[in-house]
Amino acid sequence: MRPRSAFWPALALTAPLVLFLAFAYALPFLGVALWSVTLPEPGVGQYERLVSDPLVLSVFLRTFRICFLVTLIAVACAYAVTYVWVRGSRMQRRLIEICIFVPFWISLLTRAFGWLALLSNRGIVNSWLQALGLIDAPLALVRNEPSVIAGMVHVLIPFAVLPLASAMRAVDERVLLAARGMGASRLRIFWSVFFPMTLPGVIGATLIVFVFSLGFFVTPAILGGGRSIMVAELVYLRMFQSPDWGLGAAISVALVVLVAALMGLLARFARLGLMGSGR
Amino acid sequence: MSKRAVGLQAVGIGKTFGHFTALEDITLDIAAGEFLTLLGPSGSGKTTFLMVLAGFQAASTGRLFSDGTDITRSRAEDRSFGMVFQGYALFPHKSVAQNIAFPLQVRGVAREDIARRVDAIIARVGLVGHANKRPAQLSGGQQQRVALARALVFEPPVLLLDEPFSALDKHLRGRMQDEVARLHGEFGTTFVFVTHDQSEALSLSSRIAIFNHGRLLQVGAPRDIYERPSSRFVAEFLGEINLLPVGGIGHCARGTSGLFEEVRLTAPRHENLNGSAVLAVRPEHMSVSPEPPAEGNGVPARLAGTTYLGSAMRLAFATRSGTPLTVTLPSEAAGRILAHGPDVWVTWSFENGFLLPEQS
Repeated sequence: MRPRSAFWPALALTAPLVLFLAFAYALPFLGVALWSVTLPEPGVGQYERLVSDPLVLSVFLRTFRICFLVTLIAVACAYAVTYVWVRGSRMQRRLIEICIFVPFWISLLTRAFGWLALLSNRGIVNSWLQALGLIDAPLALVRNEPSVIAGMVHVLIPFAVLPLASAMRAVDERVLLAARGMGASRLRIFWSVFFPMTLPGVIGATLIVFVFSLGFFVTPAILGGGRSIMVAELVYLRMFQSPDWGLGAAISVALVVLVAALMGLLARFARLGLMGSGR
Repeated sequence: MSKRAVGLQAVGIGKTFGHFTALEDITLDIAAGEFLTLLGPSGSGKTTFLMVLAGFQAASTGRLFSDGTDITRSRAEDRSFGMVFQGYALFPHKSVAQNIAFPLQVRGVAREDIARRVDAIIARVGLVGHANKRPAQLSGGQQQRVALARALVFEPPVLLLDEPFSALDKHLRGRMQDEVARLHGEFGTTFVFVTHDQSEALSLSSRIAIFNHGRLLQVGAPRDIYERPSSRFVAEFLGEINLLPVGGIGHCARGTSGLFEEVRLTAPRHENLNGSAVLAVRPEHMSVSPEPPAEGNGVPARLAGTTYLGSAMRLAFATRSGTPLTVTLPSEAAGRILAHGPDVWVTWSFENGFLLPEQS
């Protein structure tokens, strides 16, 4: 047992955080959960709509599709970027740090508008292509899923870099040397030694990116232009554009439950990962 | 079992990192099938030299031959020497059997052959019953055995070992040393072993190469190096030694002699000395007597302290000028000597001392 004397100071130091979470998150969430079973009338009607309304289902389906692709692309890109960051020359490392972490500090909104400036009908890409005479009419580069995916990947790569970097840094250089000394080619060393050893980081990065991407609002709202609506935007629309608070609340609860389940999975994999690397 | 142990010839190998010289003009012949130890303090260049032999580091100057074939520019993956790393460098995500199978898979050995050879070597290194465990589930000694099995399973012509025992406790270290000596005998592969532990080097090796500050100081059989070091550094690095500064060097029929505190001390002939030098004698070669010796060497000294070592005793003396002398004697003999009081003669026979240049 913990000595009694340490209990009260520990509680006092953690209390503000607990209270903050209770008042800023738990309580409002309980309110939302309450709405989902009371508005417009008491019952589980909104949850029935959730699983039967074709619009809601299609938005969920699209969200999963987009998030799956975003996760795949972001983790793959992040793996390459992290590899260079961790194992590259000093110059390469500096460059990667600038390219990854400077955008990290810029607001989501600014970055979404940046993509808009790049991809819209009168954006840089279209005007250059037109000026070069390669196209006659502007290409539809925004207000579609690919642009949403591009914008989200851009935002999410840094979140994948950190768990990947810690996994790659944990790889003992001598293990790779040993594989080389046994005659293994670079490709073989990567696929049968380096990649499996960093797999816990890949799983962690995948779950983090997927969980974050599920709740994305600003980026898909701006780059999707109301055509590629994702779950978070649907909640917003139900709450603020149409008086359908009950459904909006039910979708929110479903999203939170889903994310919580994935976080539980993440925690389990994190433990497994620790065991697997023997540290 | 090994069909083709090879010898390695290093000719003028040098290695610089920026302005730092890690290795300077190393010329060394490693005979096929021998157990050569590279010994030196940390930072002496011994590990760098091993990495050059392995192909993990390219030599800045010089050439490396394997039985006459120039391999200076060949890559580590093409040399296919076995290597045991400090900390073992096992694949943490693979089982013991998968670790050992890896070099065979890389070589495209048939699946049934791999299984057979892995099973055979697991039995030979005493890991039966552990084949499906991960390295993290094994003790240090067992991990060491996996590393040895993985490095030997493809029957490499040369096995390189980089301080393989540094992480083991003393008891286990002794057992693994015996194990490595046995494997060397059985496989007949050329072993090149790096250590900073001089007793390990003396007990395991057929020859020892002593490194310091990136230079190769002396190569020879353990006994030769221990009893006839060519320099003061080698003498002091390999076990305890007493060093007496002598002046007035003169050569005579019996050998070379010099003056220490007005006593003439003689040692086997050393041609290239004049003026002053250092006379070196191992503590176990010295004795203590109440009288000046009738023949052989002796200096008067006073007892300064004793250390009980179980079977032996270490006696610390100081000469008149304060030069410390250490004598190791069997405990029984030491007891008799101490009965004579503190002022005695420390003696040794003429062939047990050797002269070294003052600077080295």
